[in-house]
Amino acid sequence: MPDHPTETASGAAAEPAAVLLDALRYRWPGADCDCLNIATLRIAAGERVFLRGPSGSGKTTLLSLVGGVILPQAGVVRIGGQSLAALSAGARDRFRADHVGFVFQLFNLLPYLSARDNILLACRFSPQRRARIAVAGSTPEAEATRLAERLDLGAALLDRPAAALSVGQQQRVAAARALIGRPGLVVADEPTSALDAERQQAFIDLLLDECAAAGAALLFVSHDQRLAGHFDRVLDLATIHRATGSMQAPA
Amino acid sequence: MSPVFTLSLHSIANRRLSVLLTVIAVALSVALLLGVERLRNDAKAGFAQTLSGTDLVVGARSGPVQLLLYAVFHLGSATNNMSWASIEHLAALPQVQWLVPISLGDSHRGHRVVGSTADFFAHYRHGDRRPLRFAQGRPFEDKPAEAAGIFEVVLGAEVAARFGYALGQRIVLSHGSLGGEGGPRFADHADKPFTVVGILARSGTPVDRALLVSLEGIEAIHVDWHGGAPIPGLRIAPEHVRKFDLQPKSVTAALVGLKSRTAVFRVQRQINTYPDEALTAILPGATLQALWSLVGIAEKALLAVSALVVAVGLAGMVAVVVASLGERRRELAILRALGARPRQVFALLAVESLLLALAGIVLGLVLLYGAGAAFAPWLSSAHGLQLSLGWPGVGEWRLLGAVLAVSLLASLVPALRAYRYSLADGMTIRV
Repeated sequence: MPDHPTETASGAAAEPAAVLLDALRYRWPGADCDCLNIATLRIAAGERVFLRGPSGSGKTTLLSLVGGVILPQAGVVRIGGQSLAALSAGARDRFRADHVGFVFQLFNLLPYLSARDNILLACRFSPQRRARIAVAGSTPEAEATRLAERLDLGAALLDRPAAALSVGQQQRVAAARALIGRPGLVVADEPTSALDAERQQAFIDLLLDECAAAGAALLFVSHDQRLAGHFDRVLDLATIHRATGSMQAPA
Repeated sequence: MSPVFTLSLHSIANRRLSVLLTVIAVALSVALLLGVERLRNDAKAGFAQTLSGTDLVVGARSGPVQLLLYAVFHLGSATNNMSWASIEHLAALPQVQWLVPISLGDSHRGHRVVGSTADFFAHYRHGDRRPLRFAQGRPFEDKPAEAAGIFEVVLGAEVAARFGYALGQRIVLSHGSLGGEGGPRFADHADKPFTVVGILARSGTPVDRALLVSLEGIEAIHVDWHGGAPIPGLRIAPEHVRKFDLQPKSVTAALVGLKSRTAVFRVQRQINTYPDEALTAILPGATLQALWSLVGIAEKALLAVSALVVAVGLAGMVAVVVASLGERRRELAILRALGARPRQVFALLAVESLLLALAGIVLGLVLLYGAGAAFAPWLSSAHGLQLSLGWPGVGEWRLLGAVLAVSLLASLVPALRAYRYSLADGMTIRV
């Protein structure tokens, strides 16, 4: 697989981009046309990007590509400089565990584990997250408690089973789980759609603050333009997708 | 794999009730399977040891199984008797340590009367060389001097229990197997009743169903008989039988104990080729085994049925785990998002089912030993069946291994399904 020049061409900073998609095409097996066709999408390390996309615009496919659950038919997916296509399926799973945190719309937690064990679950599958916590001189348990406090989750809540928490609390537990062990990228997929309006902005502000504190890039995907206020950059999936029709390689 | 194991435990704990019911179903089926296997072995061992400590059973020339059936189980009758001269000859052989003659032919209300010597009680062994025990009373008098001593009878446990006989009771024997209820009156030895002097404890052997009297007793009730019927006009009162020679001319069979077991085949050949009379000697253990293979088909069917019950139990377990999968697809997607590999998802479900099966097996063993300990005394006293409560034997380990192997296969069903889900769904599932 030829090494793509984009990284050196556009990357002024020494740190590789958190997400780099280039000349990417993906078609689901049996589909008539490409589900995703993106010329380029680059999210710098630590950058917080709002990606607007109505349902059916290929959001789920994009998340699966970024997570390395599927591989594109053409083009490059690099996460933190690592080409996912260069990794085996098992290595991509490990890579996802180590470097990407996910927060989904609903039902993020295993109902039979306590909130604390749900947060720690991310460390269970990732030796690197554990190692980074250890380097910072902490333990996964202490780190889980610290993050929970930052996200307004009291210590008493942490020992409750996840199923006993309110939706807002569950989403904050999910955020803490995505952030623990400082992954380079947090991907949030409509994480606020189940929250009421005033809670939505509060959750997004918490998420933005914690990503900044952890040095993680944030890819926030939502159909709701009103939430885009505090992000570094706002993109529209429909635009990126359509743009590929006319544009060729990036200038 | 360690996060998978703890997750399995938590997931199981979360579904306590359905899991508990599943485990109980598997446990019951496993307990049934092992219980049947154990009873089967114990019954077989008990049967093979109906007669132990006896090296040879000797009778008139016949097939080994037939000889065993009439001499030991009192089923059917001998075609021929063996002469007293042969008995004396055998008893005098240098290898022979003891010899107990047996004389059959009379009955009491459908139960066989066994004429023998008091040595019978000393040498008859069953099970693990266990002697007959007296529940009440004592053996009949051997070589009685008094006339009264001749008419003494010892009852097997079942005979005493069935008719409610007690010590001191006087009972009437009948000639052949004809007499008793519904039989012709002439066949009763009504003029010479016997007194119950002893009742045996239950042994689980044919002795339970027999009445034991001395050889002299058998002779005495027949002194005024000839050719299977009373001699017309001749009546000899019981108190006068002592005047006659009560030495039997012939007996039905004999139990023989040798000084050394190593001589058993040599003595057997010697008896089988005895020139003065056509005799057959058998090794009771070997013939009992042969007989068991005839009657043992039922117990194999029982084992097959209980194996099916285990299959049903495991199928139920698979159904419960697979049914839970539908609502757990979300859970599997979360695990995938956290970096769990599809084979870890596979392992999660496989470990879960396997843990259920293991719990079922362990609980089944607990049930088996619990029930065994609870019922062993009753089985022993009511049926004379000795239930062993030892460590599982080779056959049982083999069954347990088979159950475990089938559980392993069964656990692959939900695991493979979860694996396919996790590949198809990835991190996201449209709920």
